[in-house]
Amino acid sequence: MAGHGEHEHTPHVVPVSTYVGVFIALLAGTALTTAVAYVDLGRWNTVVALAIAVVKMLCVILFFMHVKYNPGLTRIIIAAAFFWLGIMICFSMSDELTRGWEYNPLPWNPGLILPYLSHFRF
Amino acid sequence: MSDTALHNPNPTGFAHQFEDLEQQHEAGRLGMWIFLATEILFFGGMFTSYTIYRALHLPSFIIGSHLLEVKFGATNTVVLICSSLTMALAIRAAQTGKSKSSIIFWLILTMILGALFLGLKLRFEWYHDYLEHIVPGFGFEYRPEWGSAAPQVQMFMCFYFFMTGLHALHMVVGLGILAVLVGMSARGRFTSQYYVPLEISGLYWHFVDIVWIFLFPLLYLIGGRYTIGGH
Repeated sequence: MAGHGEHEHTPHVVPVSTYVGVFIALLAGTALTTAVAYVDLGRWNTVVALAIAVVKMLCVILFFMHVKYNPGLTRIIIAAAFFWLGIMICFSMSDELTRGWEYNPLPWNPGLILPYLSHFRF
Repeated sequence: MSDTALHNPNPTGFAHQFEDLEQQHEAGRLGMWIFLATEILFFGGMFTSYTIYRALHLPSFIIGSHLLEVKFGATNTVVLICSSLTMALAIRAAQTGKSKSSIIFWLILTMILGALFLGLKLRFEWYHDYLEHIVPGFGFEYRPEWGSAAPQVQMFMCFYFFMTGLHALHMVVGLGILAVLVGMSARGRFTSQYYVPLEISGLYWHFVDIVWIFLFPLLYLIGGRYTIGGH
């Protein structure tokens, strides 16, 4: 029954109880994130919503996607993907959010802007 | 057994270039994860631009978010989580050597839930949005109560339709993959020794679920729902 393979392949079978537990946790997370949206936490609403989403994502990745039972190489691929995602978001935001430091209300007009730029020593 | 051997002379699907089945399966999984890494960055581009414009125009994004119905977003989240469970159980049925009708049952159930998600989205959200004139490019109308925030409300709706549209496109592709898997199961291709196509398709399906887990709070729940009307 081992076919052409040298060794009998024995997959890691996750018990149904684990799947159902993760499923209930995901439903609870959905209910929680919806309920929290109706409570005024100021700017923390976004932080809480994203934190719950990250926990739900970890549940799906670790158990439904079997990463908990996979070799470390899979985790390196996932970590690399999120690292690059972090670079994309952080670098874009650091550019965008620091543009207001020298606010210039004038439209693009070289005749007006070049004398303004000459105040800086390049 | 003889029936399986007749239709499928290589029941484990073992390819000779690998040391053993375990190595073959890991290669398959790893390849899928590398594809999913590119998918993370593909959706990541949209999430990045969403983050920037949300930071620049938060009041407009709050008004736009309140145009969406939380009950449909939450219902669809539950539908997708259910479909992830049934997908995981389909793979488990193959792993534990259950009959092919058992695998097909869970796959069809996953397809029904996936179709239900798309049906709810089309019928109760997108079609409703069209009637409400809040679909950019299809008779979008500014409302007086939005005031000067109106142009960026339209931009929020652009983000909403592009992000949920791209997600829905992935769902449609996923349904196609599931249909192929049902055909393969019916031909008895999957055994407890060979189920990699099921497993890596499951990875894709769960990934699409994860995208929605982030889209739901980011699109439907901006700025909290306690300040109805924005501002």
